[in-house]
Amino acid sequence: MVSRAVGAPIARLEGPAKVSGAARYAADYPQDHLAYGWIVPSPVPRGRLDAVLTDPAAADVLAVLWHGNAPQLQSSDDPELAVLQSDRIAYRGQPLALVVATTLEAARRAAQLIRLDITAEEHDVELRADHPDHYRPEKVNPDVPADTGEGDVEAALVAAPVAVDVTYTVPALHNNPMEPHATIARWDGDELVLYDSNQHPSGIAEAVGAVFGLTAERVHVITEHVGGGFGSKGTARPNAVLAALAAWVTERPVQVVLPRQAMFSVVGHRAPTVQRLRIGAEADGTLTAIDHQTWTQTSRLFEFVESAAVVTRDMYPVPNLRTAHRVVPLDVPTPRWMRAPGEAPGMVALECALDELATELGADPLDLRLRAADPGLAACLRAGAERFGWSGRDHRPRQRREGDWWIGTGVAGATYPATAMPSTARVRALADDNFEVAIGAADLGTGARTVLAQIAADELGVPVEAIRIRIGDSTLPAASVAGGSSGSASWGWAVTGACRLLKSEHRDEAVFDTTDLVERQNRKDRHARGAHFAEVRVDAVTGEVRVSRLFGMYDAGRILNPRTARGQFLGGMIMGMGMALHEESVLDPAAGTWVNHDLAEYHVPTHADVEWIDAAWLDRPDDDLNPIGARGIGEIGIVGSPAAILNAVWHATGTRIRDLPARPDKLLE
Amino acid sequence: MKNFEYRTATGPADGLEEGAVFLAGGTNLVDLMKLGVATPDVLVDVNRLPLHSVDELADGGVRIGAAVRNSDLAADRRIRTAYPVLSQALLAGASGQLRNMATTGGNLLQRTRCRYFMDATMPCNKHRPGSGCPARDGDHRNLAVLGGSPACIATHPSDMAVALAALDAVIQVDGPAGARSIPVTELYRLPEDAPERDTTLAHGELITSVDLPALPVAARSAYRKARDRASYAFAIGSVAAALRVEDGLVSDVRLAFGAVAPKPWRAVTAEDALRGRPATPENFRAAATAELEAARPLRDNAYKIPLIRNLTVAILTSLRGDVR
Repeated sequence: MVSRAVGAPIARLEGPAKVSGAARYAADYPQDHLAYGWIVPSPVPRGRLDAVLTDPAAADVLAVLWHGNAPQLQSSDDPELAVLQSDRIAYRGQPLALVVATTLEAARRAAQLIRLDITAEEHDVELRADHPDHYRPEKVNPDVPADTGEGDVEAALVAAPVAVDVTYTVPALHNNPMEPHATIARWDGDELVLYDSNQHPSGIAEAVGAVFGLTAERVHVITEHVGGGFGSKGTARPNAVLAALAAWVTERPVQVVLPRQAMFSVVGHRAPTVQRLRIGAEADGTLTAIDHQTWTQTSRLFEFVESAAVVTRDMYPVPNLRTAHRVVPLDVPTPRWMRAPGEAPGMVALECALDELATELGADPLDLRLRAADPGLAACLRAGAERFGWSGRDHRPRQRREGDWWIGTGVAGATYPATAMPSTARVRALADDNFEVAIGAADLGTGARTVLAQIAADELGVPVEAIRIRIGDSTLPAASVAGGSSGSASWGWAVTGACRLLKSEHRDEAVFDTTDLVERQNRKDRHARGAHFAEVRVDAVTGEVRVSRLFGMYDAGRILNPRTARGQFLGGMIMGMGMALHEESVLDPAAGTWVNHDLAEYHVPTHADVEWIDAAWLDRPDDDLNPIGARGIGEIGIVGSPAAILNAVWHATGTRIRDLPARPDKLLE
Repeated sequence: MKNFEYRTATGPADGLEEGAVFLAGGTNLVDLMKLGVATPDVLVDVNRLPLHSVDELADGGVRIGAAVRNSDLAADRRIRTAYPVLSQALLAGASGQLRNMATTGGNLLQRTRCRYFMDATMPCNKHRPGSGCPARDGDHRNLAVLGGSPACIATHPSDMAVALAALDAVIQVDGPAGARSIPVTELYRLPEDAPERDTTLAHGELITSVDLPALPVAARSAYRKARDRASYAFAIGSVAAALRVEDGLVSDVRLAFGAVAPKPWRAVTAEDALRGRPATPENFRAAATAELEAARPLRDNAYKIPLIRNLTVAILTSLRGDVR
């Protein structure tokens, strides 16, 4: 008799390898005759590169690649991968050349000394809601309509006895995983080997293969361990193509590791948003109308639209609902996915505006939400309020002071779509009574490897120790991207299928592809729900904010591993704290770029910022959603937690921060 | 990163050729070299010089060797009891890892963290004289409101130096022209039209120690730093203060402001306004206001004026305690 592994708080299988330094990340694989590539970034946001002048005496330099001499690449659907192919400059920081040298130091020095002959042009990098170039995109991320409408919002707002009309702005934010984007590329004949830090080995094989005219089968992507991605490693980034290009030209393996500064321009970010929220309600708090309009920016290379208003389509049922997105193309780096793209900034505006409505109504912000919430959200709000200690709260702001500290509490709901994507897994019975589970998934540090072993162990009726997990390799059966909070559901589904097939047919090997099943399943509209509660202190002397308590209660289906799940929830909540209080990519309009491009100046929360934090969940497996019963947990922690903190800041001080982050200078008296 | 020669200093006043610089903890210089902002030809490592001790001086003061690590100095019993403001300032700075490497001398000579200075691709009169100052119209939320010039509004980043300014510390240096003493407040120069020069040190002069005078008022002293997050962030404003109150009147007071000027800002005007006056929050506020009259804020940094005023009132009020 074997006890169930799923649901047990098993430590990460690769934990000892990671803490001892044995685990290998992308740039850790030894290579003979390894060369090093260093990017030369554009110093201007817009213009034309006419020539690259190099110091002919520079020792140890193997090649200086730019559009004037780089091999021609095939075009692909991602213009960012067309590196060194054109004289056009689309943003400051865009790679204009790559220096390849026998040592990292030589490459770096040569890159510093290089002379770029550039014709600069006037640039435009500032997002404004009234920007004349804004337009309505066909689709917004991930692939949904830009605008929706039901009922008559304008009439309902006019008729509403109580309404709010508020605008929230969220600055550009950067993913900043601990491990930078990194690639070692090597050509074995006409086949390409990439050791690459990414969230989707098979997707990288396909994308990088495409620009080199190779089928995905001829590109071998190895992604054994990943030091975080938060969405920025979901697709192939220029570092992978640059490394492969340099390896082709120099006929040596080449490593390209982006310095932190380059990660602010080359690999994506969360685009800034301006969001106008109008909400109308009856005097009893019944919501009658919501209008959520959002303006954002994209680059001139590629349209990516941060879908901030989409979250409002799924959150509170309301008879009159309009959501709309407008986008402005600017001379800026291309925005991309960042943890809960759309949902995270969108929920700030929605849940803060709802709080403002509660104030107008003179209502308890919790009661207002309970009135509008679906059963899953309501259950989280009730259970969370109980655990947090919400009852008895004086809802008026600026009522509680201890010494120099104003103290306040806030609440916000959360939602994130529960999806699965097609994946294939293979299971083999090994000679020693163990089983090998193989799937080309990536473990970003979330515990995916561990959870898959737990799922397989239960399906096969063996202990976790009997499972050998192989992931992080594009030659394994193809898995979906580690993104969209869908990894465990997608890969676990394939693993479950393969294990069941192996057992039912008494075979030594079974392969299971979920494509057909998933396509049927995805028509269901399902969401994870959550409720965040925050208690903050605001220093009356300095305006400094401290989060003394942050609590999340989630309805996310079956929790496969409470230990790794807790890490995901808390990590998301802490990132939400950063979004509310610290994180901001500061734009210099004249230079046309973000100027705080390192971790000393781009502030993410430190340990000292996290005083008390906890997450809990309703134990409600969603077994008719997928065979795992899981709804995905990677992103819901950052959805809603920033609003809970901002609402608490208002409750503490009486000051509404509508332009994030809530820095001390905005709260200083 | 440019190639450089590395050697170990053999004496305090090792002659430095053009292009040579001293290397202490390396927590700032090495970063600047990686970024291409500092491009020395020679690094002369001073870590092996016998400058690692904290010694008592005959007059009751303390001599801090230039190579004493920030974490060791913060933990020193004499510093914690006789000069708590210094210990608190050190512990408010950087992170544990950085404090373990950073040295007393190096801390004083760290360079501004102005985001334009730290980026070799940006114009900056400090790292490329004559190239301009984009911060004035750009990102200056954390730059100077006092002591800046049209050419530069960088702020000095050290917390420790603010405490030393309040304590009347004296810097001992040795160099090609011999040894000399410089009050810490005279170590730094305002940018005027030559912001590339941070200090009054001559090329090749090495800080050998920092001397703290015997200063009874310092036993009742404190440092308070405001910042954008709870740890590992430069100050947006800070105040170092020491206060003695007798019969309800301020008999001695020392005040210095951080993160508001190109140097640690000794608040002489405020001190003069307080000496001999009743130790009340109203007077503390008036004194801070008088000092901040000289402030010339730009678009986004005017908040530093109320911030410093609030900090001054709060810290002096807490130092006053129950003393009447």
